[in-house]
Amino acid sequence: MAIPVRKFDAVIVGAGGAGLRAALQLSEAGLKTAVLSKVFPTRSHTVAAQGGVSASLGNSEPDHWHWHMYDTVKGSDWLGDQDAIEFMCREAPNVVVELEHFGMPFDRNSDGTIYQRPFGGHMSNFGEKPVRRACAAADRTGHAMLHALYQRNVRANTQFFVEWMALDLVRDTDGNVQGVVAMEMETSDIYVFQAKATLFATGGAGRIFASSTNAFINTGDGLGIAARAGIPLEDMEFWQFHPTGVAGAGVLITEGVRGEGGILRNAQGERFMERYAPNAKDLASRDVVSRAMVTEINEGRGCGPNKDHVLLDITHLDPEVIMSKLPGIREISIKFAGVDPIKAPIPVVPTCHYQMGGIPTNYKGEVVVDGKPVSGFYAAGEVACASVHGANRLGTNSLLDLLVFGKSSGNSMIDFIKAAPKDLPELNTADVDRSVARVDRLNNQKNGSNVHEARAAMQRTMQAHCGVFRFKDMLAQGVEKILEVEQMVKTTEIADKSKVFNTARIEALELENLIEVAKATMISANARTESRGAHVRDDAADTPERPNGRDDQNWLKHTLWHREGNRLDYKPVNMNPLTVETIALKTRSY
Amino acid sequence: MTTQTVKFRVYRYDPDKDAKPYMQDISVEVDTTTERKLLDALVKLKVVDETLSFRRSCREGVCGSDAMNINGKNGLACITDIDTLKQPIEVRPLPGLPVIRDLIVDMTQFFKQYHSIKPYVINDTPAPDRERLQSQEDRKELDGLYECILCACCSTSCPSFWWNPDKFVGPAGLLAAYRFIADTRDTATNERLDNLEDPYRLFRCHTIMNCVDVCPKELNPTKAIGKIKEMMLKRVA
Repeated sequence: MAIPVRKFDAVIVGAGGAGLRAALQLSEAGLKTAVLSKVFPTRSHTVAAQGGVSASLGNSEPDHWHWHMYDTVKGSDWLGDQDAIEFMCREAPNVVVELEHFGMPFDRNSDGTIYQRPFGGHMSNFGEKPVRRACAAADRTGHAMLHALYQRNVRANTQFFVEWMALDLVRDTDGNVQGVVAMEMETSDIYVFQAKATLFATGGAGRIFASSTNAFINTGDGLGIAARAGIPLEDMEFWQFHPTGVAGAGVLITEGVRGEGGILRNAQGERFMERYAPNAKDLASRDVVSRAMVTEINEGRGCGPNKDHVLLDITHLDPEVIMSKLPGIREISIKFAGVDPIKAPIPVVPTCHYQMGGIPTNYKGEVVVDGKPVSGFYAAGEVACASVHGANRLGTNSLLDLLVFGKSSGNSMIDFIKAAPKDLPELNTADVDRSVARVDRLNNQKNGSNVHEARAAMQRTMQAHCGVFRFKDMLAQGVEKILEVEQMVKTTEIADKSKVFNTARIEALELENLIEVAKATMISANARTESRGAHVRDDAADTPERPNGRDDQNWLKHTLWHREGNRLDYKPVNMNPLTVETIALKTRSY
Repeated sequence: MTTQTVKFRVYRYDPDKDAKPYMQDISVEVDTTTERKLLDALVKLKVVDETLSFRRSCREGVCGSDAMNINGKNGLACITDIDTLKQPIEVRPLPGLPVIRDLIVDMTQFFKQYHSIKPYVINDTPAPDRERLQSQEDRKELDGLYECILCACCSTSCPSFWWNPDKFVGPAGLLAAYRFIADTRDTATNERLDNLEDPYRLFRCHTIMNCVDVCPKELNPTKAIGKIKEMMLKRVA
């Protein structure tokens, strides 16, 4: 059957912060751009970001992009690429001011400038003392930003394809990317979106874990698609567990709560972070705080009848501050934890939150494989690995990542499209056929496995074998188990055969993407026999020779997982910034 | 783990196989410690019957995907406690919009109205190098306006919108219109008022206030509409 083809200059998959920021560049440049999204743009997961977006505006006290860069490199446990980090931190003030010009309703200081609050790992003067760098709109920064970007795209007449799911990439025989195969969810119709340049801005895959702050839609579609198309995935062992998810519900409570003065307490009421991070205390980096919390719980100092969480206390704050700066948190806390934080502390546990790894790119948003850009293919945001977050992301650098790399990839695409031949080349229909065959397999499967059961098995395995603390034996078993789950995913069957808005089919297709991410994560984690950032294992303990269990001699390198044969290879970390000196390796402490 | 049986009456319609919509009686077991919200029960229900179709994403009340009519009142499934609902819980699609399938409605008309008010800051003065300054008091004017999640609970509970979805902007769109009028950085107030100067677009609001009653974010579109009407009148005077 011939699949209809729609032609564009650019196709963008995903309409969260990165996709919308890139779309704006392309639309304003007058290029014919299609933006595909599984959900209406303002429902993308960027909407759930709370605390802020970092930029060294220095509105409350002196700050400098170089200090921001230092904090980001240190936060990454030196796994971040220093060229990309310098680029992001230098660009930060520009893209945040631009966002303000787009209409973003930032909170304000008394002099009318953008309000900034302290955040974990944000320090002045190369790690000296906390600095106000997180630009905020109350505790709804992501919501305000996503809506402002969508609104600006309405102004720019960007063409959206809402409730379309990308299925697979189309590459020509030389590997150049020609576009994507996609399904309209309302009708189940399949089309090819052929374009000179294709951007993936599909977000993360937090749904590989049983307990996650992530939305249902965060199913790693771009990662699954890229992996099937032969693109390796970088540093997938690094997942951020956010310290403060609401216990039991998983819903996020922003680090901005601690930025505004919130304190973590154990069952004895002790401010335990003073023991783990004497300088930064509750505002240490997220991996450090999450591990401290789990240690408290494991050693019997957890709270509640099951001693399975700790408490986030803001009862000492002025209720006025809570109402004006943290209204969303109060709402979430009342709705999901049943407590009003003005009166009682919030029960919290570390919860899977953010994927540091992704599709390998450079700071221009170009997808890079074997040291060369893949012609016509770009990625930005959580799906991409530039790599600015390395082994651990700093709070508020995610929204910044979307703005900076959404914009830079948009600009790279404009240059590429302008230099490309006017007519689109002939489409490689073999890739299209493969994609259609994948959907046909699902539609026609008999005596197969159940999607819900396979997904639950994957999520349980990831949670038990690849969590905050990792264990050599558990990781090895985890690899076996996840490969068993993969077999289930290969034969999923759906009873719903309707052509109309078939969410059962969508969930089955999403699972085919999630499982690729789960495999990449478990296999990469099993192989990395050191502790670094968010990846900490029992057989790489803190010793005088290897502080924190980090092994720079053997592991100062990026992992690359290839789907074909689950092969791993590695590439060096770029320690060379664009204009300043290398931020030299150091033991990480807060 | 304590479980509880939750009884439902759910609106079902799949145009691919159903001649007309029907109500399905169905129940599901939920874990009362971890599955307390209506959305949790619906997700569980979908495990029992995977053909049940509804939108959902953030499951914390910020994305606006899972708006539906719950026991006769519009709301978000993800922040509605099962405990507060009389059973069987009657779940229907948002009223007044075409149904695509089950609880999924076609929101084209709703977004068309939102887009019609030019939902973006208009300011043709050259942008400064730094942020445009705004006082804390002026910024405060946007509170209660910018937080809208476009779930459509309000517009689809408004009789004026049911009657004239193509002509009346509706509470969500008008709340957004006032959000930009109220923004000191926006210079197009007159143009925005002109855009609403019409017997239907603004003035079909008869302050029934269903919008205020159902808004899951506790916003007040009626108040915003009142402010726009006031500005219109002042302009005439």
